[in-house]
Amino acid sequence: MSTKAITANRLRDGSVVWYGKDGLWVDTVDRAAVYEAGAIDGALALAKQGLLDQIVVDVYAIDVKLSEGRPVPLRYREWLRANGPSVRTDLGKQASALAYAF
Amino acid sequence: MTSSTGPVGLYQYDAVDREFVHERVEQFRGQVERRLAGDLTEDEFKPLRLMNGLYLQLHAYMLRIAVPYGVLSSTQMRRLAHIGRVHDKGYGHFTTRQNLQFNWIKLAETPDILGELADVNMHAIQTSGNCIRNVTTDQFCGAAADEVIDPRVYAEILRQWSTNHPEFSFLPRKFKIAISGSPADRAAVKVHDIGLLAKRNAEDEVGFEVWVGGGLGRSPFVAKKARDWVPEADGLAYLEAILRVYNQFGRRDNMYKARIKILVHELGIEKFLTHVDAEFARIRGPKFALDPELVAAIQARFAPPPLADLPGHCPEFEAAKASDPAFARWVATNTVAHKAPGYICATLSLKPIGGIPGDATSEQMEAVADLADRYSFGEIRVAHEQNLVLAHVRKDALHALWTELKAHDLATPNIGLVSDIIACPGLDYCALANARAIPIAQGISERFADLDRQLAIGDLSINISGCINACGHHHVANIGILGVDKKGVEFYQITVGGNAGIDAAIGDIVGPALPAEEVPAAIEALVNVYLHYRKDGERFIDTLGRIGIQPFKETLYAAAA
Ligand code: HEM
Ligand code: SF4
Repeated sequence: MSTKAITANRLRDGSVVWYGKDGLWVDTVDRAAVYEAGAIDGALALAKQGLLDQIVVDVYAIDVKLSEGRPVPLRYREWLRANGPSVRTDLGKQASALAYAF
Repeated sequence: MTSSTGPVGLYQYDAVDREFVHERVEQFRGQVERRLAGDLTEDEFKPLRLMNGLYLQLHAYMLRIAVPYGVLSSTQMRRLAHIGRVHDKGYGHFTTRQNLQFNWIKLAETPDILGELADVNMHAIQTSGNCIRNVTTDQFCGAAADEVIDPRVYAEILRQWSTNHPEFSFLPRKFKIAISGSPADRAAVKVHDIGLLAKRNAEDEVGFEVWVGGGLGRSPFVAKKARDWVPEADGLAYLEAILRVYNQFGRRDNMYKARIKILVHELGIEKFLTHVDAEFARIRGPKFALDPELVAAIQARFAPPPLADLPGHCPEFEAAKASDPAFARWVATNTVAHKAPGYICATLSLKPIGGIPGDATSEQMEAVADLADRYSFGEIRVAHEQNLVLAHVRKDALHALWTELKAHDLATPNIGLVSDIIACPGLDYCALANARAIPIAQGISERFADLDRQLAIGDLSINISGCINACGHHHVANIGILGVDKKGVEFYQITVGGNAGIDAAIGDIVGPALPAEEVPAAIEALVNVYLHYRKDGERFIDTLGRIGIQPFKETLYAAAA
C-alpha cells in the first residue's frame, strides 16, 4: 500500500510524466522510480526541483503496486493518466505501442 | 461601422473589438514566453492562463473557446476544425456552456492557437475566472417561431458592458448570465446567477423578467424572481445594481459560499432585493440608461439573413415526409418551427448511439461548415444540450440536408429523447472528477439503442456529471446521474424530477449510489416504472409529478434488498 511513485505534468505540453530513477522525468509509468514510505518525502523534495527548472508543474506522489517488477498506479484516476481516456483507447499513452515496448 | 465578410445574423466585430482581441493574444504570448523562461512561477502564471481559457487537465492542457451566444460562422467552424487537426487530436467537445473544449493542447502552442482564433474574431476570454462569463442563450435565437425578442441583441449588450468592466473583474466568484427571448426558455435561465426572460408588455415595449441566485454545483438552487418587469432602458442599471450588491456582500472567505446564490439564500430574497432596489434607485438615470440608438445599432448587426419569400405550405417537404418515414421521424424530433414561412430550424445530433456526447471530429466540423454554407446562410449554433443547429433551412431543402447529414453521422433522430444525454468530460479528461461520465452515457445510449423504443418513451432528459461541480447539469435533468468516489471505486447517485426549463426544478435523490455496471439497468427500471404508470400524453416528468418518487424508489431498490 505504501509503495509510491512521483508524477507531474510537463510544463510545455502538459503531458503526463513520472520521476525516473536517474532523476529525469519519463513518459511512461513503468519506468517511474518507486519509493517505500520512508523515502518518498526526500524523493519528492528532489523531484520538486523540476518546478524551479520549468520542466514540470503539479508534482505529487501516487500510490502504486508492482506488477512483474514495474509500477502500476493504484487509483483509477492515475491509471487513466498513465494510459489515456478509457473512451478513446486510440489516444494518449495507451495509443503508443512504444509505451510498453521496453 | 466596419463590416466584415461574415455571414448575416452573426455579430459583426468592429475594429475596436478586433484590436482588443489581438492585443490580448500578444499579451498572453509574452506571458507564456516568460513562464517558459522561468520569469513567471506557476503560481503567478496560472491565473493568467485561466483568464485565457487554458486549464491543466488529466492528460494535457485543455483550451476552452468561447462561442458567444452559441453562434458560429462557417469560417469560424472551419478554423476550429483546423485547430483540432493541427494542434489537437482531430476533435473537440461542445459543452453545456455553448463552448468548445480541446483536450490535448500544448502550452507552447497556445499563443499561436489564440492568434488563429483572433483572425476569425474568436477568443477564450471570459471562459474562466471570477468574472462575468460568456452570456448564454437560446440556440434558436433569431429564428424560432415562438420567439418574442431576439436575445442575442441583449446578450451582446451585456458582453460589451461586462468585458473588462473595472468593477467586475474580481467578483467573489464566477458569474453566469443567461437570457431567453422565448417563453419556452431553452437557455435554462433559472439555474444561472442571473437569468433574463426578455418579453413585451401590452404596449409592445421590451422589458426583462429578472431571476437571480440560481445555480448548480455543490448547493443547487432554482433562481428567485427579482422583478417581473424591468424596462429595456433600465436593464443595465438593474443588473449593475445586482452585481454591486453581490460585489459588496458576497462572501470572499469561502469559495464554496461565494456564489450569488448563497448570498441570496443567506440574506433571503426580500433583504437582498432591498439592497438591490436601493442601489438601483441611486444609479438609475441617464448614465446607465440603455440608449435606444445603441440597441438599434446592435440589432442591425444581428440583421436577419436574406430569407426568401416563401409560402408556409411546402408540398415537396410534405411529400418527402410521406414517402420517407425515416425522414419524417427525424423531422419530428430534430426540427422546430421557424418564424418565417417555408423555413425550419434543424438540430444536428452530436449523440450518435453509443457515441461521446458533444464530441465532433474535425471532419464533422468541416462538413457542418459546408452544409451551413449551402443550407443555412453560413451560420451554425451550439445548443447547450451539446448539439449543433442549422437555424434557417428551407423546408424544400430539408430532405437533401438530412441525406447529407446521415453520411456524416449527424442525423440521429433523438433530440429530447433518452439517448440525447448531456455528459461532462468526467474522469476520462477532467482533473476534478470523481468518476467517469462518458461511459455511463454510452452504456445508457446503447441500452436504449432502439429508436422506436426511444420515441415510444418520449421526452426524457438524462444528464451526467462526474463530480458535484455539476458541469453536466445533472440536478436539472428528469433523470440526473452524479459520479461519486466510494473508497476509490466509481459510484453513481441518481436523482429524478429535475427540470431545466421554465418550470425549473432540482431533482430528488432516489437512493444510495450504484456501481457503474448497474446504472444502465437502473435507468431502464426507472423508465419502465414511468411506462407502467403513464397516462395518455404524459411525459416522464408529468407521471413522476403525479405519482411521486416512491414507486421509482421501490423498483430501484427492491432488487437490491
Ligand atoms: C474539464 C474541465 C472543467 C473544469 C476544471 C470545470 C470546473 C468547474 C467548477 C470548479 C465548477 C463549480 C463552480 C462553482 O460552483 O463555483 C464548474 C461548474 C460548471 N461547469 Fe465546469 N469544469 C470543466 C468542464 C466543464 C464542461 C465540459 C462544461 C460543459 C459541459 C462545464 C460547464 C459548467 C457548468 C454548466 C457549471 C455549473 C455551474 C453552476 O451553475 O454552479 N464545465 N465547473
Ligand atoms: S462536473 Fe466535475 S468532472 Fe464534470 S467536468 Fe465539471 S468539474 Fe469535471
